[in-house]
Amino acid sequence: MELLMIGIGAAFINNVVLSQFLGLCPFLGVSKKIDTAAGMGGAVIFVLTLSSLVTSLIYQFILVPLDMTYLQTIVFILVIAALVQFVEMFLKKVMPPLYNALGVYLPLITTNCAVLGIALINVQNGYNVLEGTINGFATAVGFTVSIVILAGLREKMEYNDIPKAFKGFPIVLLTAGLMAIAFFGFSGLK
Amino acid sequence: MKANSPLERLYNGIYKENPTFVMMLGMCPTLAVTTSAMNGLGMGLTTMVILTLSNMLISMLRKVIPDEVRVPAYIVIIASFVTIVQFLLQGFIPSLYDSLGIYIPLIVVNCIILGRAEAYASKNGVISSIFDGIGMGLGFTVGLTSIGIVRELIGAGTIFGQQIMPASYEPVTIFILAPGAFFVLAFLVAAMNKLQIGAARRGIDKSEGCMKDGGCANCSNHTCSGKIAEINNK
Repeated sequence: MELLMIGIGAAFINNVVLSQFLGLCPFLGVSKKIDTAAGMGGAVIFVLTLSSLVTSLIYQFILVPLDMTYLQTIVFILVIAALVQFVEMFLKKVMPPLYNALGVYLPLITTNCAVLGIALINVQNGYNVLEGTINGFATAVGFTVSIVILAGLREKMEYNDIPKAFKGFPIVLLTAGLMAIAFFGFSGLK
Repeated sequence: MKANSPLERLYNGIYKENPTFVMMLGMCPTLAVTTSAMNGLGMGLTTMVILTLSNMLISMLRKVIPDEVRVPAYIVIIASFVTIVQFLLQGFIPSLYDSLGIYIPLIVVNCIILGRAEAYASKNGVISSIFDGIGMGLGFTVGLTSIGIVRELIGAGTIFGQQIMPASYEPVTIFILAPGAFFVLAFLVAAMNKLQIGAARRGIDKSEGCMKDGGCANCSNHTCSGKIAEINNK
């Protein structure tokens, strides 16, 4: 039950992009078409779940026993960068079809602040390894849901008559703002 | 003004290549912490300190760091300074530390810092890199503080905690919540576009505003932007 609450909270109530503003880069940059948005979402789910698992393990079993928690930011960012690099090589070798589907999105994710953000949130909330991994997975699901919805809206908006100054970035931001209001509805689940 | 002189660097950072309004870099903190003018100012100054220090050190080490591993090396340098500053804030300004929370360690992944290291400090002398850091940092501070002022004024009727609006004013709370951040930025960019469209009509080329398309798509080429463009072109 506890785990379910963490999951729902991370995916919808504290939606990673719409209420915490983490991972805005890909959210605004890769949301032009539904299929690329879904591909990005898939890659984020994959990497975030894995990285929350690994960073939780490192925090609990290396940094805490050695009393070096103050190094968390440096260690996490290096681990994440190395992990993404490693996942890319591993997929290329072992699962070429999956690599072809997700490959182009992987390098983008290293600099996605959501990945480091979730690792830090896990520590801040004192989650254990299982809770941390669930939190990472659910956050990524929330990201995927919101980027796919935004991509769907943007595909429709292509045909609309938008004031010249609002074309491009501003109208996407306005749409995201309205989505953020809609996602407020989920806070009733608490 | 002479290129790379301290004054030119400051002008460049604050006005010509302002990271918030012109380059659109570091959008995460721009939207997340600007709930009040004070938070925006605090975040801007914190980023400025880290940017100046990292620019300085990277410029000093620019001939030592091998080209192949420069990005990881820069990240370690930046992350170390972020950790130091985080502890200083926690020790001396705990109220700011509490209100910025997780966004302090996240300065590590702020596009501006890695972007300046890559684009400027790795190629230029120490003094001009320091001033580049100060200029860019001030530009970022100006951007965050002004967004913070707008949001605080509409959302709470105050600026820096001082009551500005008359007592009968009903604050529009949504502006200090998440959606308000999107709305304020949307109108700001639209206003910028409007100015640029006007400038283009008068024949002034102002192509720096790279905001035709997406977010911090111009992070610094090896990371976001190149890839985003690649994906969109497919």
